[in-house]
Amino acid sequence: MRFLFKTDYEDDIKLFPHSGYIYSYGLLLAVLLIAPYVLSSYLMSQLVFVCIYATVGVGLLILTGFTGQASLGHAAFLAIGAYTAAYLQQFNVPFPVYFLAAGLLTGVVGALVGFPALRLQGIYLVIATISFAFIVEEILARWESVTNGNEGMRVKTMQLGTTVSRDGPTFYYLCLAVLVLTIVGTLNLLRSPTGRAFVAIRDSETAARSMGINVALYKVKSFAISAAITGFAGVLFAHKLSFISPEMFTLQLSIEFIIVILIGGTFSLHGAVLGAIFLVMIDPFLTYLKDDMPGVIGGMAATLGAGTERAGHIQDAVAAFASANGLKGAIYGIIIVLFVLFEPLGLYGRWLKIKLFFQLFPLYKRATFKRQKIYVKSERNR
Amino acid sequence: MLDFVQQLVSGIALGCVYGLIALGFVLVYKATEVVNFAQGDLMMLGGFFAFTFIGMLGLNYWVGFAGAVICMALFGMLAERLVVRPILGYPQFSIIMATIGLGYFLRSVSGMIWGTDDFKIETPFSQGVLRIGSLVLAYDKLSVIAATIILCALLYLFFNRTTLGTAMRASSENMLAAYYMGIPVKRVVSIVWAISAAVATCAGVLLAPITFIHSNVGLVLGLKAFPAAVLGGFGSIPGAVVGGVLIGVIESMAGFYLPQGWKDVAPYIVLLAVLLLKPEGLFGLHVRKKV
Repeated sequence: MRFLFKTDYEDDIKLFPHSGYIYSYGLLLAVLLIAPYVLSSYLMSQLVFVCIYATVGVGLLILTGFTGQASLGHAAFLAIGAYTAAYLQQFNVPFPVYFLAAGLLTGVVGALVGFPALRLQGIYLVIATISFAFIVEEILARWESVTNGNEGMRVKTMQLGTTVSRDGPTFYYLCLAVLVLTIVGTLNLLRSPTGRAFVAIRDSETAARSMGINVALYKVKSFAISAAITGFAGVLFAHKLSFISPEMFTLQLSIEFIIVILIGGTFSLHGAVLGAIFLVMIDPFLTYLKDDMPGVIGGMAATLGAGTERAGHIQDAVAAFASANGLKGAIYGIIIVLFVLFEPLGLYGRWLKIKLFFQLFPLYKRATFKRQKIYVKSERNR
Repeated sequence: MLDFVQQLVSGIALGCVYGLIALGFVLVYKATEVVNFAQGDLMMLGGFFAFTFIGMLGLNYWVGFAGAVICMALFGMLAERLVVRPILGYPQFSIIMATIGLGYFLRSVSGMIWGTDDFKIETPFSQGVLRIGSLVLAYDKLSVIAATIILCALLYLFFNRTTLGTAMRASSENMLAAYYMGIPVKRVVSIVWAISAAVATCAGVLLAPITFIHSNVGLVLGLKAFPAAVLGGFGSIPGAVVGGVLIGVIESMAGFYLPQGWKDVAPYIVLLAVLLLKPEGLFGLHVRKKV
């Protein structure tokens, strides 16, 4: 086990606490850079979605994980980013300009949402962000001169010097670069006074205020930054799908973003990436379930001594179950509930637990990660 | 003028359904300070149970109604035991997520069991209309209004006049203190979930002749019931119903007098305005944290 000996504050806020970080993340980056030459085009496409979802996840983490302000309206920010890109594209605006414009506009909208949110806590904030998302969705559907209404908008192929196909490796590298830059930027933000203020507000607003933190200012900042990052991701999202319409940006999508950080773990940026991988890979898993699982289970039943006919029945039953409408929703529901109940720290929390188990080998105790239950505090009187 | 009254009545009837769902939110919130995002889906499930008893098994309407309410009360207790109790005492956000997950699950599973079609329940009120002058009021809408008033009054009396109701309010204020006072907090929470599921079932069954039952009805109406609950102050039983009626009337008026598209967003615009101007709602108590 490695002991980090810190002698001053600079040591405490280092981006890479020790050399191991540089090697392991460098290796990961190298693997990701050679991925397009190794993986199939389907998996590459999924990997692009992982990058986009992870970028949104990082944005949401800044707001929900580090500032403690829950939001179920991030699909609206994504939509604003995507629509800004699609709209500006019509006037032959180059990619870098509309990319930045989308982020800027979404950030401004985020700040505008942040102002009313200042007075709201917990459940009220959740409801207010849901309402905001509904209103944005309706505006997108009705403001036909700009958004083309329910018919949706076609997004042209990206022009960045040359034509960048949405399936090609260049687009993947672009998404990866946006994700990495977002993560590094956020890490730097979190070790700056602003990030410390965010965390202080999350832990106790009253305490933060009495330490001289301007709570209102920092909450609005957090909303704006989170929204802007989501807006950047929205541009990439629009390009990846090449077609956008209002019914893509529903509450369902906002919930998916929350699932990303909930499954990954809300206390660390690793969570956003792990959660995005998990969420995006549910689809291939379901396809696998639909295509291969019935054969596998039927085969197993046959080898275990059920007759050929019975095995066939079992195979049909499994196939019917796996292709049932709504299986995806049911799996989402079960996953959310199970994670909240049994793995509240998410996948990254599980990784930390496993790591600590081996570091401390015979001395690990489960109580290290136990959360405190509070039955006394009423959130109504905050 | 006649149009106005007609819209007003149908708005009130719709609003009463919102109010009934909002009542479920308020009950659970009052007793456990948990917001149940699956409330609308409990309503949907209640409607499906009633449909199974009345439409498929051919039972008498009232018997089927009672059966559905009892089944759903038990289901509410089960859901509380499995999903909510293990995480009571954790931050509110975890519990919100767990109930969102529960709602997802219920929606998909009932879609798998009953299919995705619309279902209709034949009720004794389905046909008739009441004529006052040239005003025509359908019985099914009036039945919703009447049932809401009765349920609201019963619950109000229950919370304010009975020992169990007082125990529920106490455990919402401070679970630990309530426990020290000898209140069986776990059982209280369990009963509250049963009651709120039963209220949701009433909403579902009464709603069935008006909007039909399908697997997404809970999501659609549940999200409309939020503005209702917030408008009423999220902790006040009469407030929930008044908020529901206001939202219903606003929606119905917006659908009639304003251009297309306003109908769906009007409740949310009102909600945001209320949250901005009076975050504690129309009937809420304003409490400041003491440090």
